Amino acid sequence: MSAMSEPASSVAEEMAEFRRDAPVRVAELASLAELEDAVPSLTGKRSPLAGWKRALAGLAPDERRAVGLVLNEVANEVDALVALRRADLAATERRERVALDRLDLTEVLDGPLPGHLHLVTQVREELEDVFVGMGYEVADGPEAETEWYNFTALNMPRDHAARSNQDSFYLATGDHESHLLRTQTSPVQIRLLERGVLPLYAVAPGRVYRRDTSDARHLPVFHQIEGIAVDRGVTFGDLAGTIETFVAAIFGSGISSRLRPAYFPFTEPSAEFEITCTICRGEGCRTCGQTGWIELGGCGMVHPAVLESTGVDSETWTGFAFGFGIDRLAMMRHEVEDIRSLIENDVRFLTQF
Amino acid sequence: MRVPLSWLREFTPLTTDAADRAEVRALGRALDSLGLVVEGVEHVGGGLDGVVLARVEEIRAIEGADRIRQVVVDAGSGRQEIVCGASNFAVGDVVPLATVGAVLPGGMVIARRTMRGVVSDGMLCSGRELGLGDDGSGLLVLASTGAADAPLHSALVPGAPLAGYLGVVPDAVFDLAVEPNRPDCLSVIGVARDLAARLGLPFSVDVPPAGTSGPPASSVASLSVQVPAACPHLVARVVTGVTVVPSPPEVARRLVLAGMRPVNSVVDASNYVMLELGQPTHPYDLDRLRGGGISVRFARPGERLVTLDGIERVLGRHRDALGRPVEVEDLVICDAQDVPVGLAGVMGGESSEITEGTNRVLLEAAQFAPLVVARAAKRHALRSEASARFERGVDPAGLARAADRFCDLLARACAAAGVPSPVVAPGDLDEHPRPVERRTVELRVGRASSLLGIELDAPRVAALLEPIGFAVEPTGAEGTLAVTVPTFRPDVAREVDVVEEVARHHGYENIPVTRRRSPYVGGIGPAGAFRRRVRRLLAGLGAHEAWTSSIVDPSALRRAGSAAPVVSLANPMVSEESALRAHLLPGLLGSLRLNVAHRNGPVRLFEIGHVFLADGDALPVEREHLGLLLASDGDDAPAAVRAWRCVADGIGVAPDACSFVQHLGSLAGERGDDPHEQAALLVGLHPTRRARIVSGGSTFGAVGEVDPEVLEAFGLDPGRRVGWLVCDLGALEQVPRRDARARPVSRYPSSDVDLAFVVPDEVPADALARVLERAAGELCESSRLVDVYRGPGVDAGTRSVAVRLRFRAADRTLTDAEVASLRSVCIDVASRELGAVLRA
Repeated sequence: MSAMSEPASSVAEEMAEFRRDAPVRVAELASLAELEDAVPSLTGKRSPLAGWKRALAGLAPDERRAVGLVLNEVANEVDALVALRRADLAATERRERVALDRLDLTEVLDGPLPGHLHLVTQVREELEDVFVGMGYEVADGPEAETEWYNFTALNMPRDHAARSNQDSFYLATGDHESHLLRTQTSPVQIRLLERGVLPLYAVAPGRVYRRDTSDARHLPVFHQIEGIAVDRGVTFGDLAGTIETFVAAIFGSGISSRLRPAYFPFTEPSAEFEITCTICRGEGCRTCGQTGWIELGGCGMVHPAVLESTGVDSETWTGFAFGFGIDRLAMMRHEVEDIRSLIENDVRFLTQF
Repeated sequence: MRVPLSWLREFTPLTTDAADRAEVRALGRALDSLGLVVEGVEHVGGGLDGVVLARVEEIRAIEGADRIRQVVVDAGSGRQEIVCGASNFAVGDVVPLATVGAVLPGGMVIARRTMRGVVSDGMLCSGRELGLGDDGSGLLVLASTGAADAPLHSALVPGAPLAGYLGVVPDAVFDLAVEPNRPDCLSVIGVARDLAARLGLPFSVDVPPAGTSGPPASSVASLSVQVPAACPHLVARVVTGVTVVPSPPEVARRLVLAGMRPVNSVVDASNYVMLELGQPTHPYDLDRLRGGGISVRFARPGERLVTLDGIERVLGRHRDALGRPVEVEDLVICDAQDVPVGLAGVMGGESSEITEGTNRVLLEAAQFAPLVVARAAKRHALRSEASARFERGVDPAGLARAADRFCDLLARACAAAGVPSPVVAPGDLDEHPRPVERRTVELRVGRASSLLGIELDAPRVAALLEPIGFAVEPTGAEGTLAVTVPTFRPDVAREVDVVEEVARHHGYENIPVTRRRSPYVGGIGPAGAFRRRVRRLLAGLGAHEAWTSSIVDPSALRRAGSAAPVVSLANPMVSEESALRAHLLPGLLGSLRLNVAHRNGPVRLFEIGHVFLADGDALPVEREHLGLLLASDGDDAPAAVRAWRCVADGIGVAPDACSFVQHLGSLAGERGDDPHEQAALLVGLHPTRRARIVSGGSTFGAVGEVDPEVLEAFGLDPGRRVGWLVCDLGALEQVPRRDARARPVSRYPSSDVDLAFVVPDEVPADALARVLERAAGELCESSRLVDVYRGPGVDAGTRSVAVRLRFRAADRTLTDAEVASLRSVCIDVASRELGAVLRA
């Protein structure tokens, strides 16, 4: 009963003292951890507030109400102080943590990068996409061919002068000069025509081989793309239009094309096609020999003998074909001076594109 | 073909001013548009003001100088002293002198100079310095008389302007690229004809028949052709009373401009005719031709001939690309005693060469079979101006005209030199004068119109074709013309060839451009799309795409460990590039080495390309391979395995479609495999760190590390691990893919079970995972290899392999009892099937 009988005045004094000291005690808590440790003795079960609350029961009703009222006020005050302090400390600690997290993003070390596709692949895919957009299929063919596909079917029978002009690599297999590395992508024309599905609109990019000594402009192994369109009523004007269309698609406006007579055994009439010099844009410079034009490739109307050699009726069907060097085009567009840099695979070169 | 503008003017009245560069360029554009591509234009003959004829009177040494001399010349106004560095002249010679103040064609201004204390009042010039030719090795000697007081030709007046003496006027020389189907344009008249037609100018070639006298040619010389197929037509002229003199300046100058060297009146006349008319001829010294005549036959194997270039040629026999001797057909011209005196159509022989003393000339003008000449020229590595023309086909109707023109030129040279005219013997020496066949081709005007996309009619076609020598006649059939082809156009044989001529003279640039759409939706095709996808996956692994040559050094294939027969080239350029690659590895190792040598940092490279596997005598088997070389820091066989997994995942390979077979033993064996192809895939791999990639029982790829011995053989550090992945791309494309249908993902929690087994080294880790997965059944969502341990606590020859199985049901949470039961099933099956022992 002693506690119960404790005079209310001393409780009030203790509470006043607690109330007076509380802000200082709370303010002295230096971290969230300290704060959470101190909470039980400030407002929790171990705090004087809890003791006073228990003691209320022993007071007279009037006193109980008065003391209770003050007790509540004190408890609320201390709770608010703690909450405020907790928020302050949390903000401070977050600031400190963030400050410690400081990272200079210019200090980041190199990590792995994705690889680069070869320049020739990039140009080849771009060409493929342009022709796909024009409704052409993309076809392939073997690189080791018979002389029939590479020459005879293309209107170059044995002993045709053009055979020796295209210095070919023959294989040691088969009869004399019967197997060779294709000197052009044109054999794919024959393979496509042999399928017998007409009309035919196709391009065939791929590797070709010529007996050229390597130098800045030649490699014995290089890449060409061949195009063929065979349909009813195809004209030379259609050929000129097709070349104009893809030149504009690949080189952009300002670069136009023109045809001039030339000779290829597998086309007739035949033409070389030239495009506006990409260096001087037609003004005339060293690259184009002051003409404003540079030669890109060969083309022409498919020779009736070629159609006939694959069993296609050359009266009903006519067509055109064209071909040009992918590497050469890549070199022209990117001003690559030496074709050999395409085959060295120096990553300092490969990663430029 | 170099064609001076002035020469073209002899046959068509071109109005182009040779001194006006814009006009010359316009003419060049006309040539381009005819398909006679102008590769260059040279302006000559300007800038000779102040250059005069000077006669050398005295040559004195300069003290202390051994390269220059003092020359005293008479240049019309008394003696002048010039310092000169050339030495190809003598006292009495007439040479060009650029006087003080003259500006040479190259822009050089001539001033009075002092060299070694000696004053030079001008400069003696070479042909090159005057823009008159390529010879800069010495002075342009215009005449040699032997002594300062010897009589001079009346045209040689010291002090007279050089331009006046040479008849030099400004001229432009077109360097034309003539297509192989246009032999007619290997002549000035051919180019003039095309140009005249394009410009609407008249064109004619007038060669006067030679005036003849004396005994008939047939009584002086004989002619015979033993192989008419190789020499369908042979014409000869006998010219007597010849005095060999230098050619007149205008002839010499034209030859120089056309790129030939003037020699003497006889040789020059022959060359001039060839350039002008396109018909090569050959002059023999009739007195040095034994038996006084010529015959044509094939050489007997082993016969020898010293050609004009002084080289002895063995005829009728050759070595093929493999070095085996073969008999060949070398067509030769023989004297009347059957001894070869010339390689027909290619080069004459030394023995009957024209000399200063030649008095009687036999001129041969022939038509030879193009192929016979082409093969001989190639075999003997002797491409001459003559062979270039015979190979393409000369005008069979032009032989007599060429012979007449030769006689005409020879007579002019003699007249210019003031020596008696030579005498041409009457009567034709003409062997096998087969009437020249004129080909007629039917041309359907409508066909030409529809092929070209222009509207043509018969008059328009005739107007385009007639000026270039075609005769156009109507036929009975409506819209069809009979087109007779001129003899100088062997390339025109069928209708479409005539269409090309119509197009060419109509002008390609005048054909309207039309747009034709393909009726199809285009596409790169499944193989193309697949290739693109694989490329991007490999690039995503940090590998750069390389492109290496398909023609390789066979020893590189051996160094890479390939023992298979190689596909050889029959005619390689060098032995280092004489085989087709059977593998991508050697090329990529070479590229790696280049990058290492340049310290380009650790790299990953890949290539997709064709490889060639020998198939006996048949065409090689061609496959498209992908090769990935992993040489970044830390790369090794596991890196290659992970790369494979990325590729397989990226292309959507079905989970059970492929497996690895650790390859430790011999290569033979797998069902359905071609051991040859299988071996090709395994080439260069580390013997104990490699595996085959197998699908449906057949091997289509391999993975592992490059054999250190191979690294060393390619100049790379054998101590460094380099990962390697190779695949047959076509086979990879066929590997079964994941089910494309969507499967819902479960919303229920999963339970993981880790099981570590001790298994013998021979049991592949992924075999254990497969067995566990199968044992666990449908409730097993995934299995993952989480640890491999060798060492204390695990017997040698075995290792502990830990696999994490994740169980989950689609429709409920699995109970502990269910998971425990699945676990024990897995343990039982692994133990039964693989002898795997659960680690405690």
